[in-house]
Amino acid sequence: MTSSIATLVAAVEPQAAAAPAEGIVSLAWLLVAVPLVSAAVLLLAGRGSDRWGHWLGVLASAASFVLGLVLLISVLGRDAGERVLDLRLFTWLPAEALNVDAGLRVDPLSLTFVMLVTFVGTLIHVYSVAYMEHDTDRRRFFAYLNLFVAAMLLLVLADSFLLLFVGWEGVGLASYLLIGFWNHNTPYAVAAKKAFVANRVGDLGLLIAMMLMFAAFGAVDFETVFAAVPGASEGVLTVIGLMLLLAACGKSAQFPLQSWLGDAMAGPTPVSALIHAATMVTAGVYLIVRSAPVFDGAPTAQLVVVVVGAFTLLLGAIIGSAKDDIKKALAASTMSQIGYMILAAGLGPVGYAFAIFHLVTHGFFKAGLFLGAGSVMHGMGDQVDMRRFGGLGRYMKTTYVTFGLGYLAIIGVPPFSGFWSKDKIIEAAFVGEGWRPWVFGSAALLGAGITAFYMSRLFFMTFLGSKRWNDGHSASPDAAIANAPVQHPHEAPRLMTVPMIVLAVGSAALGGLLSIGGVFTSWLEPVTGRAEPHAPVMPIWVITTLTLLLVLVGLALAWRQYGAAPVPVVAPAGSALSRAARKDMYQDDVNDALLVEPGQYLTRSLVYSDRQVVDGAVSGLAHVMVRIGDRMRRLQTGYVRSYAASMTVGLVVLVVAVLATRI
Amino acid sequence: MTASPTTLGALQGVAAAFTDAGQTSTGEAVLFWVLAPLMVLGALGLLLARRAIYGAMGIVFVMISLAVLYIAQEAPFLGVVQVVVYTGAIMMLFLFVLMLVGVDASDSLTETLRGQRWVGVIFGVGLAAVLIAAVTRVTYPAPTGLAVPNADSNPVGVARIIFGDFIFAFEVVGVLLITAAVGALVLTHRQRLTRRIGQKERSDSRVARLGQGEHLAPLPAPGVFARTNAMDVPALDPYGEPIGRSVSRVLRVRGQEREFEEFAAGLDDEEGGGTVGVPLPPAGAPGETTGPTTTITTGRGSEVQP
Amino acid sequence: MNLTNYLVLATILFSIGATTVLLRRNAIIAFMGVELMLNATNLVLVTYARMHGDLSGQVMAFFVMVVAAAEVVVGLAIIVQIFRTRRSASVDDINLLKS
Repeated sequence: MTSSIATLVAAVEPQAAAAPAEGIVSLAWLLVAVPLVSAAVLLLAGRGSDRWGHWLGVLASAASFVLGLVLLISVLGRDAGERVLDLRLFTWLPAEALNVDAGLRVDPLSLTFVMLVTFVGTLIHVYSVAYMEHDTDRRRFFAYLNLFVAAMLLLVLADSFLLLFVGWEGVGLASYLLIGFWNHNTPYAVAAKKAFVANRVGDLGLLIAMMLMFAAFGAVDFETVFAAVPGASEGVLTVIGLMLLLAACGKSAQFPLQSWLGDAMAGPTPVSALIHAATMVTAGVYLIVRSAPVFDGAPTAQLVVVVVGAFTLLLGAIIGSAKDDIKKALAASTMSQIGYMILAAGLGPVGYAFAIFHLVTHGFFKAGLFLGAGSVMHGMGDQVDMRRFGGLGRYMKTTYVTFGLGYLAIIGVPPFSGFWSKDKIIEAAFVGEGWRPWVFGSAALLGAGITAFYMSRLFFMTFLGSKRWNDGHSASPDAAIANAPVQHPHEAPRLMTVPMIVLAVGSAALGGLLSIGGVFTSWLEPVTGRAEPHAPVMPIWVITTLTLLLVLVGLALAWRQYGAAPVPVVAPAGSALSRAARKDMYQDDVNDALLVEPGQYLTRSLVYSDRQVVDGAVSGLAHVMVRIGDRMRRLQTGYVRSYAASMTVGLVVLVVAVLATRI
Repeated sequence: MTASPTTLGALQGVAAAFTDAGQTSTGEAVLFWVLAPLMVLGALGLLLARRAIYGAMGIVFVMISLAVLYIAQEAPFLGVVQVVVYTGAIMMLFLFVLMLVGVDASDSLTETLRGQRWVGVIFGVGLAAVLIAAVTRVTYPAPTGLAVPNADSNPVGVARIIFGDFIFAFEVVGVLLITAAVGALVLTHRQRLTRRIGQKERSDSRVARLGQGEHLAPLPAPGVFARTNAMDVPALDPYGEPIGRSVSRVLRVRGQEREFEEFAAGLDDEEGGGTVGVPLPPAGAPGETTGPTTTITTGRGSEVQP
Repeated sequence: MNLTNYLVLATILFSIGATTVLLRRNAIIAFMGVELMLNATNLVLVTYARMHGDLSGQVMAFFVMVVAAAEVVVGLAIIVQIFRTRRSASVDDINLLKS
């Protein structure tokens, strides 16, 4: 029914840029509705749905994927100029000045995300069926996963910033619930809270941006806002852009709001794969690309975006080089890779498509890497310390191969996916004039080298080298290993390996396939605009060669240190840099010193002043009243004659007063 | 006080027409100046008398004097009502209650509330002072007198107003009186919690207490074996000792019992100094009561055991 | 003689009655003080009736008497009841009104 009304409204409404959605596209609301209903069913049905709940979750996600695929085919059947479709759903906020319709925008960008989210999401749902098999709350886990999918799809499909914000908060909520899924463990619950708070800081940016848009343009839907951008002053656009960047930083764990991502690894590994690697954390990139007209009008904001991206990609890479926790190392890598995307998104039309391209390929190979890490943990009794791994390639062959493919993809070895996407970003970073291409290009180039180092380190420490775990029969010279619990590494069940294999195939081939003839960039053109070809400051072949050279150097360094040489079970003290990187570059300490402690001090002083001044005044007044009452109470002797005496006194005073006025 | 028609007429004659200066007749002035100081004295008697009964008497005097003043002030109906209602009913009720509470209960005049006496005196006098100041400072019109309204006699004039303008108030007051009567009944009514003690029960209890100094026979009459049989002389028992209970309780309470020695039979003298019969019982023999040691009896059912 | 003298007399009687209520602890005496105050008021009413040539004042005094009769009946019943239970007619013993 909703769809019919929506089509009716859409037919009446005149459309400027976006064509009204009709036919199969008008069913786009089902993309969001199906997983949402599934989540509601799972949450409301309770224990009764324990037996089949996880399969309902998988089904809902798969249904969304199939529907998304149908939409994709339908949109592909249109001409490039008619691929932006708008689906009006209903009048949402009919306030006098603020008139917001709930509507979905089906265009190449949102469809790209729909495909990524539903495809990877469905694979991870399937993986989770096995991974969470022994968890008593598996049904609740799937409810949250479906909730996440629904919110994420709403985020990418929304046709206004306000509806996007609903999805934005929805994924934040799902992320919070899933990070704290094992909230009986206090550090996990604290990590969830930390992620939530850091995200709220970013949300504040989005809120302010929306308020500014409403103040400046009188609307918050994409169409009106982007149409009004050319007439707006650069100052307003810059502020809006910076606020959007703040939102993106919060959601995508970019500097300075990146500290929550490492702790978010407290959640179950499928969550890390889906939310904190493939989809939700890339919402910031989506937001910046979606708001491209705003950023195009604000060069200063764009510069800040690029700086943030470049800084974060190096920061994440350095942190990743020092972490011994496999999931935290991958999280730092995610941070670094999203830094690449943000960098690309900040470069303007030349980089938008590459940002999204890298986002898609990264979604595949990072999800695959996380699922592989989950498989390793599954086989090693939830051990996450890489210094306790080693030589696992022999015991879990499928994981070894799939993880290896993902690894090759991320470090950018041709012809795997990462090479196609990351190399383009590095090329784009070198486009420009003056100092910028040299600085940003070098940062991207250096990042690629460090990426190769830390990923190789991770791969070598986990799958190659000697065993650093107690296998129960071969005596180890190291006491720390000998005393550790006996491990029986084994391959994960089929339900887990199949998604890994699919993702590994994607990691290997997707980048190349989508690069053939610039298929992906031209597909996104209706949204990102056509980028005029710019020549980088260096010839492209030089850049590619340099990149590959640096990757090789990083790989060789990692091999020298972690492949050829034995890895100590206990981390050595290391240099100042590695000590700092292990501690996330002291980000938590900085946050504590700059924000948390002043905030707590402010709260304490406010509470103190509230107690002393406000409460003091109120209860002081009350005390005075009580004291007066105590005094007055003594007059209430209960003796009739006392009362009569006071009446007489009153009478005399009254008569005197009357007489006094007469005199 | 029942004023004869002639007395009423004489008093009303006192209240003759005013002089031109608005002054009353000399007769009324004399009446006032005779009665007013006495009334103040009577009122002060209420304030200062130690015994409530004296205060009540003072008030009775004040009220009768007020009745006289009413009649002198051309209000013969009110004067009569004052006598009948106040003096005849209300003050009698007061006296009745005073008797009930205990006629001999004198009120201590020592003040227990701190400062109450000073507040009372100062503000009593102050009240009088300010009210007198107020009353005397006001300029009054020349008094018109009640000759015209009282043309058909004062009761008729009053009745016309009561049953004319104030008929509703009159009816309400009637309801109020009935309510007050019912209220007094309710307040003084006591629920019987124990079995009623009738003649049979009293008799049974006396028989039951026979060995404990209870006499089945009537109490001895006063003066038996004494030299005189006056009511206030205790009877003597066979040993020549006085029997306290033979004297009326009221006399004992009041302390009006006569000493028995002077009326004791002089047995020893006549028998030549020898003691006849059994020796005297030790002091504190049963039935020995002298002096007002009992509590005051009030109300029904409180049996006093001497 | 001026009619004001009656008013002054009434004032004095009223003040004495009020002082009696303040100073005497015996409930019956205090109650008689109240009656004295009512009577003083009546004298004022009668005097004003005569002064203004209007019998309404006397009617008022009449009503005061009737109400006083009702009041006395109830008041004395209360005093008797209190005396029965507490064996005392002192108003100071009745201070349960205190918190």
